[in-house]
Order: sequence, then C-alpha cells, then structure tokens
Amino acid sequence: MYWSWDVAFDVLPQLARGVIVTIEATIVASLLAYVLGLGIAIIKMSKSKFIRVFVYWITEFVRRTPILVQLYVVFYVLPDYGIFLEAFTCGVLVLGIHFSTYTSEVFRAGIDNVSKGQWEAAKSLNYNTYQAWKNVILPQAIPPMIPPLANYLITMFKETPLLAAITVVELFRAADQYSNSHYKYLEPMTLVGVFFLIVSIPSAILAMKLEKKFKSNKV
Amino acid sequence: MNQVLSFYPILIDGTITTIILTILGAILALVISFIVGLARISTFTSIRVLAIVYLEFFRGSSALVQMFFIYFVLPMWGIYFDALTAGVIACGCNVGAYGSEVVRGAVLAVGKEQHEASKALNYSNYKRYRYVIIPQAIPIMIPTFGNLLIELLKLTAVASLITISDLTFMAHIIRVQTALTLEPFLVILVIYFIIASVLVKIVDLIAKKFSKGRNIMIAGEN
Repeated sequence: MYWSWDVAFDVLPQLARGVIVTIEATIVASLLAYVLGLGIAIIKMSKSKFIRVFVYWITEFVRRTPILVQLYVVFYVLPDYGIFLEAFTCGVLVLGIHFSTYTSEVFRAGIDNVSKGQWEAAKSLNYNTYQAWKNVILPQAIPPMIPPLANYLITMFKETPLLAAITVVELFRAADQYSNSHYKYLEPMTLVGVFFLIVSIPSAILAMKLEKKFKSNKV
Repeated sequence: MNQVLSFYPILIDGTITTIILTILGAILALVISFIVGLARISTFTSIRVLAIVYLEFFRGSSALVQMFFIYFVLPMWGIYFDALTAGVIACGCNVGAYGSEVVRGAVLAVGKEQHEASKALNYSNYKRYRYVIIPQAIPIMIPTFGNLLIELLKLTAVASLITISDLTFMAHIIRVQTALTLEPFLVILVIYFIIASVLVKIVDLIAKKFSKGRNIMIAGEN
C-alpha cells in the first residue's frame, strides 16, 4: 500500500471541515474547564469540612473514570430524561467537566502559593472578600498558573477525537468516514496524525517558553 | 438494575480484559519510559534526537489516532496485530512517552554531588546509574507514575473502539440488549472507579515503602 497524493488531496476538504469542529470543541471545552475549575478550587477552600470532602470525592470520581464512558453517559442517558442535547454540546460539556477537575488543582495550587500575609494585608486595607480576590489575590496567583493551564489546553485538544465516538464529525471522524466509504485508510489517518503533530508540538514548545518566562519573573 | 447485574459474566470478562490491558500497557509503558527517558540524557546526540522524535511523536498525536493507525493502517503494510496487542502497544507507547519525561526529570533531580561521589569511587557509567543515581531517582518518580497509571486505565476504555471487549465494550452490549442506558454505564463507571482507587492505594503504599528512612522530597504532580 503506497501513499497516494490524489487521495490525500481528495480527503483534504472534508478534513478541513473537521478541523474547524475540532478547534471549536477545544476552545469551548477549555473555557468551560477553566471557569468550572476555578469554581471547584474556590469551593474546595470552603470552611465546611463536609463540602470539602464531598467535592473531593466527586472530582476524584470524575478523574478516575474514562472520558469515553462519561461521554456515553451524557450522550445516551440524558435523552431518557427528556434532555436532548446536540452531540457537540454533550462532547464539550464532558470534556470541560472532566478537565475542570484537573484545572481546579492548578487553580488551587496557584491560590495556595499566594502567602497568607497578602490576605491579612487585604483585610487591613478594609477590602471585602470580593475586592481582596480581585485586587490582591488573583493578580498574583494567575501568572504562574498560565503554563500548566496551557498544557491542559493541549491535552484537551488531543482528547477531542474521542468525540467521534458520540457522532461528532470532528477531524478524526471526518477521516474515518472517508476511510470507510473509499476503503483508503492510510492517507486520511496519517493526515489526521500529522495535523495533531503540527499543532501540538509548536504549542508544547510555546508552553515550555511560557514556563521559563514565568519562572524567571518569580525569582 | 437487576437486569444489568444478570449480565455479570460479561461484566467480569470485561473487567478482566480492562485489567489485563492496564497491566500489560503499564509494563510496556514502564520499559519505554526508562529506555526513552535515559536516552534523553545520553551523551550521544543521535540517541537523544531519536528519543525526542519518539517523545514528540507519541505525545503530539492523539492516542485514539495512534490506536487506529496501529490497528487499521499497519495491516496494509503487512503488519498484523490482534486487537488486544494493538491496544496494549498503543496504550503503552503513548503513556511511555509521558513516562519518559518523568524518568528524565527524576534522574536530573538527583544532585550533582552524587555524580561526583560515584566518580570519586571510580564507578563506571553503568555502575554510577545502576547503583547510585537511579535508586535515588525512583522514589521521586513514583507519585507521578501513579497518576500516569490512572491515565493509562482511562485510556484502555478507548481501546473498546478498536473492538477490544473491555468494560466499555461490554456496557455497549448490555445497553443494546436491555435497552437500558443509565444502569450499564453507571455500573462500569463504578467498576472503573474502584479499579482506579485500588491502583491509587497500591501506588501510595509503594511510595511510602520507598520513601521510608529516606529524607527526600517527594515531587508532587506537575
């Protein structure tokens, strides 16, 4: 079986449409993961032990079970309860929720890194909780979080092919559909792999640079 | 629920398949982690470059794509794997790439004075790594390896897409047979959670055993 450029060019338009869906899914899912992750991190700092333990076990449950099964749960089960969501929405929801349990750790570590003195300083300036968060804590906590959050963005990008399993026609499923209808497997699948490499290697290098930059700022 | 539980034979089969996939994948990943991780700090440029190519290739493309490539594309070049082997290879190679970074980081984290000390004892390169550096690096690796092990377990669910009859695959069979949706998936989610929790406990025990009596800092995740 040899590489055929004719097939490669023939499949490209379909793949291009898939790429757009892949990128959309990555962006929406990552935004959801960041917002939810911050929310979880804040809840995990709650004073009530019950809430902390409860949230801990829920996030652990989500972390310790496969994304694919979670996708199936949302995709197949919700319609039984009268909730009809598009496949794309299901996929983005699951990806976002799954990775929010990871990003919450990043947020928590970032917030923990801001020393207690800063809280006391905010209090002594008579800031209320909202003002303390907005003006004192978050501006110091956010920069060191950026590199790990960028890494999770890349990870999420690489997990988007799983959405193919719930009929979202993203890049991988677009290639698979072409393969199945034309009996050509080599070119579509290779192009998909190459596309992931083209995007994720430079972004990984960028994330590494960010990491170095923020590390040198800190000292 | 009873209807789902009456399918317990295939659920047990699926659980066993998932565990086998995880164990074989973990062994392969561990071997690859050490080979590639140590190759990254080799003095030969060509070996380092090869290791980086491997790392970037498997870390850069998606695991599902790799799995499909191994199972559906390689046969066209006459390289045949049965589904389970393809799943193990894909899971192992993928997680092995991430693991190699852990090995590299841990080995580099061992202090310079240890290298100098073994030089002073006239240890050869092999002896230096075998008896001095790696034994000190292993406790640093274990917690992160634990996280990767969970990632590996979760990755095995994806292997159901290349027709391996693991837990996820069995849940599909039950779903089709009973027309129930929530219950089969709920059952396997719980099974996955239990397997993962047991793995976490085992890794914790190993980490404790290795760090006993040693005054080292255990690197947390990330």
